Amino acid sequence: MNGAARAATPWRTAFGAILTKDLRMELRTLRSLPAMALFAVTTYVIFRYALDRTTLSGSLAAGVLWATLLFAAVLGINRLFVAERDEGGFDAIRLAPIDRTVLLAAKAAALIAYLLILELVAVPIFALFFLEDAAGLAPLVPVLLLADLGLAVTGALISSMAVNSRARDLLVPLLLLPLVVPLMIAATAASEPLLEAGGPAYDRFGLWLGVLGLYDLVFLLVGYAVFDFLLED
Amino acid sequence: MSQGKQKRAPTGSGRDNPGMPNAIELRGLRRDFGHRPALRGVDLTVPAGASLAVLGPNGSGKTTLLRILATLLRPSSGEATVLGAPLPAGSWRLRGRVGYLGHEPLLYRDLTGRENLRFHAELHGIPAPEERIQEALEAVGMEARAESRAGELSAGMRQRLAICRCVLHRPDLLLLDEPDSHLDSEGRELASRVIGPDEGRTRVVVTHDPERVLPACDLVLVLGPDGAPASAEVAGDLASDEARRAAAGVVA
Repeated sequence: MNGAARAATPWRTAFGAILTKDLRMELRTLRSLPAMALFAVTTYVIFRYALDRTTLSGSLAAGVLWATLLFAAVLGINRLFVAERDEGGFDAIRLAPIDRTVLLAAKAAALIAYLLILELVAVPIFALFFLEDAAGLAPLVPVLLLADLGLAVTGALISSMAVNSRARDLLVPLLLLPLVVPLMIAATAASEPLLEAGGPAYDRFGLWLGVLGLYDLVFLLVGYAVFDFLLED
Repeated sequence: MSQGKQKRAPTGSGRDNPGMPNAIELRGLRRDFGHRPALRGVDLTVPAGASLAVLGPNGSGKTTLLRILATLLRPSSGEATVLGAPLPAGSWRLRGRVGYLGHEPLLYRDLTGRENLRFHAELHGIPAPEERIQEALEAVGMEARAESRAGELSAGMRQRLAICRCVLHRPDLLLLDEPDSHLDSEGRELASRVIGPDEGRTRVVVTHDPERVLPACDLVLVLGPDGAPASAEVAGDLASDEARRAAAGVVA
């Protein structure tokens, strides 16, 4: 009876279980993705008429692209842990013989999937509305991927902290937006030369990709260090 | 219990074997929520393989006690050792060894019953779990509704699924918070076979129905109102009038 602890469930098995569960539930209920995509498309329409411009380039194009993607992401981040809180997922995971950081990793992976789908819809529409040619979109891919990783890790961390508050919808943007300022500066700076009117340029492109990578690394380490404590009562 | 009294030595079921280790040992266990005490000074010893019934009025700390034993809450003070693991420091050693059935079924409403059980099986690292899931579903009479989403099921059916979830990983310790909630008579009968007394498995059962639960238990812990110290402990023949009176005095 008082024997040794049970063997821990392999990290990959637990990660796969949580991620599959999240994606299955989102596909079934469509609670986050349609809202994120609709928000992004509507915002681009508003920018188009508010700025009264048919084309954008450089820093203005990068700003419109990233501000819209960021606020659309907040909608998904708000809901990331709601099922765990409302339906007992936190307790189930705390009772299982798993490394709790698996939950953070799986939630961040789910959010990356949401962001990639959002970008598959929103970025072509952005290009259609505002860009003269689409040559800058291909080199934009690594910028999007690195920014998505940083946004997903930071978003999952903040969402897990805010989910038990009744002011969750207010807390997430209040806590998240200051934290992602460096990420957004790096993402817009890396995107700006790619979206110039005359075609993509690569001024300090590598430097800003490096900054994005460093941001991702720092928040991956922070998440790994603190997430276990966030799950305590 | 600090102010409780031992009426009789535990008897029967091989559960009074002096060589048998204790599954639960509590010394002065206390839990506060802010300035409000939920549990005050609970002392308790439950031998391995025994069943403990926990009785008490609303707000007496029964659920708090269960959540502490499940490692879902930290004690504010006192000592707690569960299955040889001191809490909270050794709580990781208990993961996967406890089956917890709380007020919430811990089921995702948008997953089917089978998907929910598969998710829990994967979290607990059960290899090739389909056969065990099917057995559990059949044991509680839910095989016909296994493909329905949990949110579409009645409260009683969700409770049956929660019972499956609770025992799927074959825990050493069952922590059951009013396990008969929402169950009809057939459900109660089926549940008693799945989560009833079993060789080698320790059970803690919170209940408001001592008439039904006490005969299947070896020990009873009666908690007083407002987090007061437990008022009585009875061991042995819990079907006795004495035990019923002790329980009824608090529960009624």
